[in-house]
Amino acid sequence: MSAVLTLLRRELKLAARAGGGGGMAVAFFLIAVSIVPLGLGPDLNLLGRIAPGFLWVALLLSALLTLDRLFQADQEDGSLDLLMLAPLSLEVTVFIKALAHWLTTGLPLILAAPFLGLMLNLPENSILPLIIAMLVGSPALSLLGAVGAALTVAIRRGGLLISLLVLPLYVPTLIFGVSAVSNVLISSPGSNGQASLLLLGAVSLVALVVGPLGGAAALRANLR
Amino acid sequence: MVRNLHALANPTRFLRLSGLLLPVIWLLALGLLGAGLYMSFFTAPPDYQQGETVRIMFIHVPAAWLSLFGYTLMAGASATALIFRHPLADVAAKSAAPVGAAFTFLALVTGALWGKPMWGTWWVWDARLTSVLILFFLYLGYMALWATIEEPVRAARAAAVLALVGFVNVPIIHYSVEWWNTLHQGASVLRLDGPAIHPSMLWPLLVMALGSTFFFLAVMLTRMQAEIYRRRVRQLQLARASAEAGAF
Amino acid sequence: MQAARDGADVLTTFEAERPYPLLTLKGEGLACERGGRLVFDGLSFEARSGDILLVTGPNGSGKSTLLRLLAGLLEKSDGQIVLEGSEPESEIADHLLYAGHLDAVKDGLSVAENLAFWGALYGGVASGAASGAALEAALAAFALDHLADLPADVLSAGQKRRLGLARLALIERPIWLLDEPSVSLDAENVGRLARLIEAHSVRGGIVLAATHADLGLGDVRRLDLGALASGAAA
Repeated sequence: MSAVLTLLRRELKLAARAGGGGGMAVAFFLIAVSIVPLGLGPDLNLLGRIAPGFLWVALLLSALLTLDRLFQADQEDGSLDLLMLAPLSLEVTVFIKALAHWLTTGLPLILAAPFLGLMLNLPENSILPLIIAMLVGSPALSLLGAVGAALTVAIRRGGLLISLLVLPLYVPTLIFGVSAVSNVLISSPGSNGQASLLLLGAVSLVALVVGPLGGAAALRANLR
Repeated sequence: MVRNLHALANPTRFLRLSGLLLPVIWLLALGLLGAGLYMSFFTAPPDYQQGETVRIMFIHVPAAWLSLFGYTLMAGASATALIFRHPLADVAAKSAAPVGAAFTFLALVTGALWGKPMWGTWWVWDARLTSVLILFFLYLGYMALWATIEEPVRAARAAAVLALVGFVNVPIIHYSVEWWNTLHQGASVLRLDGPAIHPSMLWPLLVMALGSTFFFLAVMLTRMQAEIYRRRVRQLQLARASAEAGAF
Repeated sequence: MQAARDGADVLTTFEAERPYPLLTLKGEGLACERGGRLVFDGLSFEARSGDILLVTGPNGSGKSTLLRLLAGLLEKSDGQIVLEGSEPESEIADHLLYAGHLDAVKDGLSVAENLAFWGALYGGVASGAASGAALEAALAAFALDHLADLPADVLSAGQKRRLGLARLALIERPIWLLDEPSVSLDAENVGRLARLIEAHSVRGGIVLAATHADLGLGDVRRLDLGALASGAAA
């Protein structure tokens, strides 16, 4: 247990000191969202309608941006070898790295989302559902992303490839995530917004299994 | 001391067997496809509602079937490669991918061609078409990974992991897309395949499906042979290079 | 100023009292293949507690490959790796410490934090005050104690290498696999490394070190991969 905490603390410390990561992702999130009205026009009704979908898409892309360094930084300086040899199962290591990614990238993005939602005329009563949906759904982004990051660990400039590998896997999270918010907006409240949220949680739970297993298998494949 | 250490250099039996089988499979594929195409275009009646455009179905449906068949085959081969380390398994998975991707693409294109007369637009975000599109992306990612990692052993393992992760997600993606579709569906979209299908249409469809499957296997096996020969050539080149180095 | 605390000597006297369990590490008919090329084949060796084995040979003869293979970071194509004497259920990985030619030093952490992280992750280091003392002793083994609170990104290549090697002094593992440990070290620090290795040997540890340079270890056994390759070709 203490090894787990040690690793988590190290990841958070590194993320905090490197600066880049989370802060940059939030900045990207902000810019991406601000670009939309410039492209679509300032029609508040239209923006309000697409806000949940667009916020989710922007969340996906921002989370992707920071993924390529997840294992690569450790691979470049030799730390990954030692992490793989440490008396901590590789699946747990992958999980902790994904958790750290979520804490340093996913969480700040979610905290920023309501303000960006207001800029896109997202009705106030759907801001809470948005936050809840993102909290439930976004762990899957980091967990499945870890598989992509592990697969491309030995590839220089693998960022583009990660997007190609991982974005199709994000489809369920996107769909259920948006639907959990949209249902509040469009149809009668309480119809299937709750079902969407439950399914969103189910996708995250599947990712909780697939992510660490797949990520560890991918690291072993790449380094042996 | 020549030791046949490299697992990949050992599929001699496969080459012999596939050399015998391949002509038969090619013949079956081309014969069935020829017969199927003839039936699709000349013996099958036009649909009372869709007219002649219904004939697209005879290509579209087998292509859609093979897009899934190909991914399943690829995932199965990948699992075999990871678990049993069978030397042919990753060759099979690698060879299946582009063929499956081609059929997926064919399913998308024929779907769009069908959509134009049916729905008046080339592309509808219909649940099925969308799932097939995402499946196509999964194929692309798999092939991109193979293409990017240089060392074959490493590439094979990484690609196998990706194929399995993708395979776990295919049903989830499919289900989520259906969910998304019912949520956003405006006008009712005509289903591509009605539940009741007349025998005069069913037969050509079955023959086409069988012919396409054999065609899939024929291309895949041919690709596997080519891949094995390619690896052998590479091995011989490496052997020559190291013999040269040893002479100094 | 702190002559009495010159690390390696302290460790020598202190740790000889706590010997490692008796172990024998054997490689039998090992072969490894990378990118379709056979790096080595039919490689056998044996190292017992207290043995120091220098792995030598020209570039490309597979020194690094052998060490990574023993560490479990590469897959062998043939042969066996056997560890005798340990508890039967334990894995080789639980007994070894690998130091590759990369230092695994994070620029974002301080010198002490870098070392403390690996110590805590690998375990075997007591907590609290005892861990502080162990950390200090390990840093002292490579005379890094006065740099402890500096961020690692200001270190020179040699200092980073010393920080990487300080893990050996901190983490209790009987088998050391060292890949070119003396690269970018000055004579004084090569001496510190040699004393550390000798102290480890006295305690009953096993050291396999791939090296081009003479580590100043005196008369130790050599495993010459170059000779193996030319012998196999003949």
